[in-house]
Amino acid sequence: MDELRLYTWIAVGGTFSLYFFIAWWARAGSTSEFYAAGGGITPLQNGMAIGADWMSAASFISMAGLIAFLGYGGSVFLMGWTGGYVLLALCLAPYMRKHGKFTVPEFIGDRFYSKTARIVAVVCLIIASLTYIIGQMKGVGVAFSRFLEVEYDMGLYIGMAVVFVYATLGGMKGITYTQIAQYCVLITAYTIPAVFISLHLTGNPIPQLGLGSTLADGSGVYLLDKLDTVVSELGFKEYTTSTLGDVEMFAYTLSLMIGTAGLPHVIMRFFTVPSVKAARQSAGYALVFIALLYTVAPAVGAMARFNLMNTIEPVAGQNLEYAERPQWFKEWEKTGLLAFEDKNGDGKVQYNADPTTNEMVKVDRDIMVLANPAIANLPNWVIALVAAGGLAAALSTAAGLLLAISSAISHDLMKGVLIPDMSEKSELLASRIVMTLSVCVAGYLGLNPPGFAAGTVALAFGLAASSIFPALMMGIFSKTMSSKAAISGMCAGLGVTMLYVFQHKGIMFIPGTAFLGDMEPNWFMGISPNAFGSVGAFVNFAVAFIVLKLTGPAPSHIQDLVTNFRTPHGEIAAAHDH
Amino acid sequence: MEDKQSYWQENLRLIFICLAIWFVVSFGFGLLLVEPLNEIRLGGYKLGFWFAQQGSIYTFVGLIFWYGKKMNDLDKKYNVEDA
Repeated sequence: MDELRLYTWIAVGGTFSLYFFIAWWARAGSTSEFYAAGGGITPLQNGMAIGADWMSAASFISMAGLIAFLGYGGSVFLMGWTGGYVLLALCLAPYMRKHGKFTVPEFIGDRFYSKTARIVAVVCLIIASLTYIIGQMKGVGVAFSRFLEVEYDMGLYIGMAVVFVYATLGGMKGITYTQIAQYCVLITAYTIPAVFISLHLTGNPIPQLGLGSTLADGSGVYLLDKLDTVVSELGFKEYTTSTLGDVEMFAYTLSLMIGTAGLPHVIMRFFTVPSVKAARQSAGYALVFIALLYTVAPAVGAMARFNLMNTIEPVAGQNLEYAERPQWFKEWEKTGLLAFEDKNGDGKVQYNADPTTNEMVKVDRDIMVLANPAIANLPNWVIALVAAGGLAAALSTAAGLLLAISSAISHDLMKGVLIPDMSEKSELLASRIVMTLSVCVAGYLGLNPPGFAAGTVALAFGLAASSIFPALMMGIFSKTMSSKAAISGMCAGLGVTMLYVFQHKGIMFIPGTAFLGDMEPNWFMGISPNAFGSVGAFVNFAVAFIVLKLTGPAPSHIQDLVTNFRTPHGEIAAAHDH
Repeated sequence: MEDKQSYWQENLRLIFICLAIWFVVSFGFGLLLVEPLNEIRLGGYKLGFWFAQQGSIYTFVGLIFWYGKKMNDLDKKYNVEDA
C-alpha cells in the first residue's frame, strides 16, 4: 500500500503544482479579464474548459456507478447531460455572445429592461450554484481521505486553498487555463483504466466498441448478453432493458437537458470567446470533449458491474469464500461503503436481489469508478491517476461555480443595482473579496453538509430548467416578450417546481414536513421530483404567454435590441470593449 | 431590414431541422421506440439501447458542427459576419 500512497502523492502534488504555475502565469488585470478572460479564448480552448467546468465529481465518480446499477435506465443521464448542449449551441449561446455582456443575470436584466428580473435571475443562480459546490467540496474531501489517508477535513482545507489561489488571482482567465489542464488530467485518468478493462474483458482496447463485443474468454458470447443472463438469474432487472418507467424517463431526460442549457456557470463560458462564430464552434468542441467521457461511461458501468458479479460468483453456484476475498474488498469494507453479512453462515458470499438472502448488504454506487482499477487488478500508478482525475473534476467545477456566484454578486447586485458608479478598479477588488467569501461559504458547507444536500441536486436542475432556460428562450425567440410576462413566468415555473419538490421531500427538506409522501402513487403522472423541472418549464412558458396577451408587448427599443442580437454583425459592444 | 428578416427565417428553419433530428435520435429512438429497435442488433448492442447510450451522443456532436457550418455559410450569404 505504501507504493500506492507514494504514487498518489506524486500524481496529486504534480497536478496541483501545475495548476499553481498556470494561475501565476495567467493572472487577471482588468474586470474584463476577471469575468470573461478578455474575450480572447479560442473555440478549442473554450471547448476544453467547458468540458472541465461541466464534468464534476458527479460525472467523474458517480455517473458510471449509477449506470452500472440502473442499466438502460441510466441512459437519462447520458442523453440528458449531453443533449442540453445542442440547445445551448443552437438556441442560446450565439445570441447571448452577440449581446456581449459578462453574466446571465445581466442579459436577462437588459432584455427584460428590469432590475427585478435581474435580481430574480441572481437568486436562481446563487441557489443552483451553491447546491453544486457542496457536492464538489464533498468529492474533494472523500478523494483525499480515501487515497491519501488524510482526514476528510484536512483534505477539504487543501482543496479550498488551491481553488482560492487560482480563482481569486486569475478570475475567468486563470480558471480557463487551469480548466484546460484539468480536462487533460481528468480525461486521461478516466480513459486509461477503461481501456485496460475493455482490453482485458473483450480484447478490444476501445471501450465504446468493447461494450458491443464478445467476451475474450473464448465463449463467443457478447458481453452485454452475458451480463443480462447473469443479473437476471440472480433476480435483478435485465441490464439492457431495465427502465425507470416511460413518462419518468421522458420527463427526467428533458429536465436534465433544459437544466443543462440553463446553468449559468456553463453559459457564462461562452462570453469568453471573441465572436459569435467562435461561440457556435466552441459548443461543438465542448460536446466532443464531454462525449469522450460520456460514451466511455456506459462501458465503465457495464464492465464494472460484470467484474463485480464475476468476482463474487465466477461460475454459477461457486461463490467467493469470504476469507479469500481480494484486497480491494477489504479496503472498501473499512470505509463502510461495502458491507457483507453472512446470513446463512456458510462463509461464502451470496449476492442477489432478494433482501432476505442477499449478503452484500451495502454496495455503494459511488465506489464503482474508484474501485474499478483495483477490481480489474490494474497497476498502482493507474489508481493514483484516478485519484488525481477525481480531484481535477471536482476542483474545476467548483472554480467555475465560484466565479458564477462572485460575478453575480459583485457585477449584478453591487455594480448593477446598488452602487452603479463603482470604478472598474474597486469592482475588481470587490469581486476578489466576494470570491474569497464564497470559497469560505463553500468550505463551510462542505464541512457541515446540510442534511438536505442530496435532495437539493434535484432542486438545482429543476431551478435552472424551470426559471432560467425558459426566460432566455423567450427573450431570444419572442421579440414582443415583455418584462411583466417574463417575470410572472419565471416566478410561476420556479414556484410550481419548488412546491412539487417540497411536497414530496419536505419543506426546505426538513423531514416530516412533506405533506404528500415521497412515494410513486403520489407522483403527478408518475414523475419523480427529480424530473419535475420539465413540467415547471412548461408552466413558465404557458404563464408568460398568457400574461403577454393580457398586458401587451415589450416597447419598440427592446424589439430593436432583439433584432440586433439575432445577427452576428452589428454595433453592440463586444465583451472585451465593455 | 428585409434581409435581416429572411436571414432569421432561414436560421429558424435550420434550428427546426436540427431539433427534429435531436428529438428523433434521443426521445424517439432512445426512449419511445426502444423496444421495437431492440429487436435489431448492432454487434453485441441492442439498437435501441445503443441509441440511448451511444448513438444519440454522436448525433448531437454532428448536429452542432453541421449547424455551425451552415450558419457560417448563411452569415456570408447575407453579409452579416462578425470579426
